[in-house]
Amino acid sequence: MRETFTKGMARNIYYGGGVFFFLVLIGLTVDTVKGLPATDNSENITEQVAAGKRLWEINDCIGCHSLLGEGAYFAPELGNVYTRFGESTEAIKAFIKYRPVDGVKGRRSMPQFNLTDEELEEIAQFLKYVDGIKTARNWPPNIQG
Amino acid sequence: MMKYESQGIAKMYFIAAIGLFLGQILFGIIMGLQYVMGDFLFPEIPFNVARMVHTNLLIVWLLFGFMGSAYFLVPEEAERELYAPWLAKLMFWIFLVAGVLTILGYLLVPYAKLAEITMNDLLPTMGREFLEQPTITKIGIVIVVLAFIFNIGMTVLSGRKTVINLVLLTGLVGLAVFFLFSFYNPDNLVLDKYFWWFVVHLWVEGVWELIMASLLAYVLIKVTGVDREVIEKWLYLIVGMALISGLIGTGHHFFWIGTPDYWQWLGSIFSALEPIPFFMMTLFAFNVVNKRRRDHPNKAAVLWALGTGVMAFLGAGVWGFLHTLAPINFYTHGTQITAAHGHMAFYGAYVMVVLTMISYSMPIMRGQKAANERAQVFEMWSFWMMTVAMVFITLFLTGAGILQVYLQRYSENPESFMVVQDKVAMFYWMRELAGLVFLAGLLLYIYSFFAKGKEVEFVEE
Repeated sequence: MRETFTKGMARNIYYGGGVFFFLVLIGLTVDTVKGLPATDNSENITEQVAAGKRLWEINDCIGCHSLLGEGAYFAPELGNVYTRFGESTEAIKAFIKYRPVDGVKGRRSMPQFNLTDEELEEIAQFLKYVDGIKTARNWPPNIQG
Repeated sequence: MMKYESQGIAKMYFIAAIGLFLGQILFGIIMGLQYVMGDFLFPEIPFNVARMVHTNLLIVWLLFGFMGSAYFLVPEEAERELYAPWLAKLMFWIFLVAGVLTILGYLLVPYAKLAEITMNDLLPTMGREFLEQPTITKIGIVIVVLAFIFNIGMTVLSGRKTVINLVLLTGLVGLAVFFLFSFYNPDNLVLDKYFWWFVVHLWVEGVWELIMASLLAYVLIKVTGVDREVIEKWLYLIVGMALISGLIGTGHHFFWIGTPDYWQWLGSIFSALEPIPFFMMTLFAFNVVNKRRRDHPNKAAVLWALGTGVMAFLGAGVWGFLHTLAPINFYTHGTQITAAHGHMAFYGAYVMVVLTMISYSMPIMRGQKAANERAQVFEMWSFWMMTVAMVFITLFLTGAGILQVYLQRYSENPESFMVVQDKVAMFYWMRELAGLVFLAGLLLYIYSFFAKGKEVEFVEE
């Protein structure tokens, strides 16, 4: 390999390959972003949903749950929780609202975040919006997430 | 002895890295216990807080490790002192204080309160996995990294330009550039997730591989004495393959998040190639060590270098490939399979390459060519304890994951998440035991720096 395959050729593979595939990634990204409105449920992003996303973030929900499969694996997937809870935002709100402050003996328990009714509505609307995102093959595989 | 005085700056970076590593593992043990004793430390340290501490400490200490490694090797490769040693020392303290304050923030106040104190509303970036740092901390990271790259860049550009230095520099610039995506946080969750991966994937399956391969190449030149030309050719090929496979390989994260279907093909095909650069690293390490022109007295460093090649291939390559094809990932996405892969990949690739650099450089910064024999024996024991423990952590999590996938996703009557978690608890207990062995290995590793013994003999070159 020493004679026929030179360091110069290896260098060209690195710089050439790197630049080429980076440009391909940019091209695919442009195409993906352009096509997103067909699937991303963005028509349903209301102010309430946006506020819900912020609440989702500042309470670090992703530190236990997964959302569309990304996050932690300590607590259930929430990308389809709206469906799993019988398409009821009320059920989602009630679940969050009545978490015991000191947890459940010996078991995993969601913390009590002391959210206001308004905030509960926002987070529930956010989860409803996420459930409306059209994922490929309608992931997750079933209602259990 | 060090060729350039400013290389010694690496020492403080490495000491901080090891200290934070210990913190990371302690929180890992806490989380592992919370998996089976759900109310452990609840509500004082809920799982999500422990997890933030665990993952953020990992990121911060690896960054300390990368920076320390760069400060050690770049002056020697460039054949000149570091451009601005004072800047490197200043940035060390800024980074350490910012890092420690952020971790204390996670632990001492509720996360929502931390968001309020740090005025997250002005530029909301918090609360996304691995990017939980307050916006002000993120700005601090940018400043520290830019000052670091300026320092390293000026040293490289005004000195001897070796392939190792140039590949390392492109990797570091990429690290800085892609981190900027952490400031983009749209309300549209699909867009948010898509560009979140520009930080996370393009770091660990992109530019970090450049950093890793150049560090490994440097240590291999030093401990084997093999011709630089040979090593540089390998290095170019490995990092070339890393980018060719890894850039479009980003697509394996775009299967199920509301992005177009074509990513299932692109992501599957290109990420199936991602093990190749890691396999080349294994071949590279063993080939070069076999062709060595000298027996370096630092046997521990050689062991770490070979171990990095093998474990990175297993963790990132094999365990990544196991669930990277879209039809399989449909079932495994977001399960303990992912956790298994994440653990061995981070350990095998990035933890081990930093420990390889530390193993090689620390004795030199302490005025020896290699640590004494007894210290090396302890260090090699710690290598085996941590590495074998990590293999078992990965196997147990994989066992939990396979069962989880079957019970929750694949069987005819899928069961709910928490029911399944109870059923796989035995695997979590065994994972926790393996975690304790890992901790013991880490403590032995730390002890090895203090072990006294007979100095190694070697022939001066």
